[in-house]
Amino acid sequence: MLGEGMLKGLAETAKNFAGSFVSKERLTTVQYPEERIAPIENTRDFPFLVYDGTDPMAGLRCVACQICEKECPPKCIYITKSTDKKPDYVGKMQIYPARFDIDISVCMSCQICVEVCPFEAIKMDTEFELSTTDRFGGLLLDRDQLAKSNEHFHAVHPTEAAEVDERLAEEKAKVEAKAKAAAEATAAKAAAAAATPATTPAALAASEVKPAKEPGA
Amino acid sequence: MNFAAKLDQVFVLLQHWIAGFFPMWLQPFVATVLAVVGIVAAFPGIFALTTVLERKGLGRIQNRLGPNRVGPFGLLQPVADGIKSLTKEDIVPLSADAVVHFLAPVILVVAVFLGFAVLPIGRNMVLSNFDAGLLFFFAIGASTELSIFMAGWSSRNKYSLLGAMRAVAQMISYEVPLLLSSVVVVMITGSLSTVKIVEAQGGFSGILPHWYVFTPWGFAGFVLFLIAALAETNRSPFDLPEGESELVAGYFTEYSGFKFALFFLGEYLGMFSIAGFAITLFLGGWGAPFSFLTFIPSWAWFFLKLLAAIMLFIWLRGTMPRLRQDQLMNFAWKFMLPMTLLNLVVAGSWRFFGDGWVRWVVCSLVLLGSYALLGRALMRKQGLGPRSYRYAD
Repeated sequence: MLGEGMLKGLAETAKNFAGSFVSKERLTTVQYPEERIAPIENTRDFPFLVYDGTDPMAGLRCVACQICEKECPPKCIYITKSTDKKPDYVGKMQIYPARFDIDISVCMSCQICVEVCPFEAIKMDTEFELSTTDRFGGLLLDRDQLAKSNEHFHAVHPTEAAEVDERLAEEKAKVEAKAKAAAEATAAKAAAAAATPATTPAALAASEVKPAKEPGA
Repeated sequence: MNFAAKLDQVFVLLQHWIAGFFPMWLQPFVATVLAVVGIVAAFPGIFALTTVLERKGLGRIQNRLGPNRVGPFGLLQPVADGIKSLTKEDIVPLSADAVVHFLAPVILVVAVFLGFAVLPIGRNMVLSNFDAGLLFFFAIGASTELSIFMAGWSSRNKYSLLGAMRAVAQMISYEVPLLLSSVVVVMITGSLSTVKIVEAQGGFSGILPHWYVFTPWGFAGFVLFLIAALAETNRSPFDLPEGESELVAGYFTEYSGFKFALFFLGEYLGMFSIAGFAITLFLGGWGAPFSFLTFIPSWAWFFLKLLAAIMLFIWLRGTMPRLRQDQLMNFAWKFMLPMTLLNLVVAGSWRFFGDGWVRWVVCSLVLLGSYALLGRALMRKQGLGPRSYRYAD
């Protein structure tokens, strides 16, 4: 009969109206500034720079290779290389960024900078309350604002941070093993040189070949 | 005069008391001005309340909370909205007809306010009780179409013009069933005066009132009047003239700031006045619904009924999807018009049958039967029902 569907619809909306007062499942609104729900782990919005240790500027992992600057689709990363060098996490001397700015009003949160970074130096943050009264300067973040500790990275993306730490530890171990081997080789060479002062052509050849083979052994 | 009667007449007594301070020859004028001020203050107040109620009600229907930030429970939201619309820039398009563009919202609000002049809000509470009150209301109601077309035409905007065209077509189409569905009341009462119509519904049998809605022709007339009223005030599901998904905002697309607020006000006031007339014609006006509740002031009953009508309108808005233009027109001319004409015949035969149970049975059967038949014929023509998709099944 004509109007049957309308009555059904009215009953449905009445059910929703009354239900929203009594049922928590129906009314799913979270009263945001007062109430918050934890973000899901894969949340990401804008990139930040990771640092190790306590001093943000000394511990920056970034070596100013500028790959992210080149890859950034909206071109919102601005890097100036330093003229001097500082030791990185394994102790090797590296260039560091004298200036590292990200314009988050341009950034489109694509995460490509994170994908291309070979040094695990830039990662995605979950901070979203970034509104400011100054839309030009306020949204151009410099390296002091961007630098956040590895602990922060662990807090926002625990799984990814653990993977990164594991990878870095492996890398460091490899580099240390290499350094140790190199040190041992030079020590052995020195010892050999000391043991045989009367050099023969054969001994010289053996001592030259030996260090090259050792790391593989 | 006892306390209940005094409370019932409190506004009338107040009016007389204030008018008493003026010289005799000025008193009728002062009394009228006071009544006008009362109407002009009360109904926009209800409008402010309605905007919050509507947003909260629609929110609850959609399982949301609705506005709850400004003031306790969001009740100060209309104040914030008012400040916002007052401080916004008033933009007039370069190619618009500036004078007509300015006049359109003013005429709308004036015309809508004029409609309240003959609306009995309580016992002895009507601004002007003249014999052709109902006719006056419909004549004034028709002039809102003029302002809507002025708005659409003067904006020089295709959306505005399309919205205005739709609005005029819709309002003229639904004016016919609106008038015809209220004619039954005039036939039974024998008067066009709104005060007389309310008085005719005044008595009680047992505890139940003699409202026209409790008769077969009255119920049919009430439902038809309500549908036509929804269309006449451009409320959902008949909000084609301002369908935001199709026409931006329809005829007031080019309005901003306070002029937009005036259109908004005019639209809601139109809704109140037409709901007030539905109450006056079919729901006993300011009369109490039960004989033992007559101690509550008459004006309180009127406003309670008005709030109930507004809630019904909000409920309908939260439920119904918008009609298509051809469905709207088909509904007006193929369903509403035959039903209202039939209702006239039924109301006439109601008088002809005289008292007794026969008229109840005959009138109800005729109306129900024709409703069912007409509905079935319309549904068959429209090809409604489950759809089959050739490639998707």
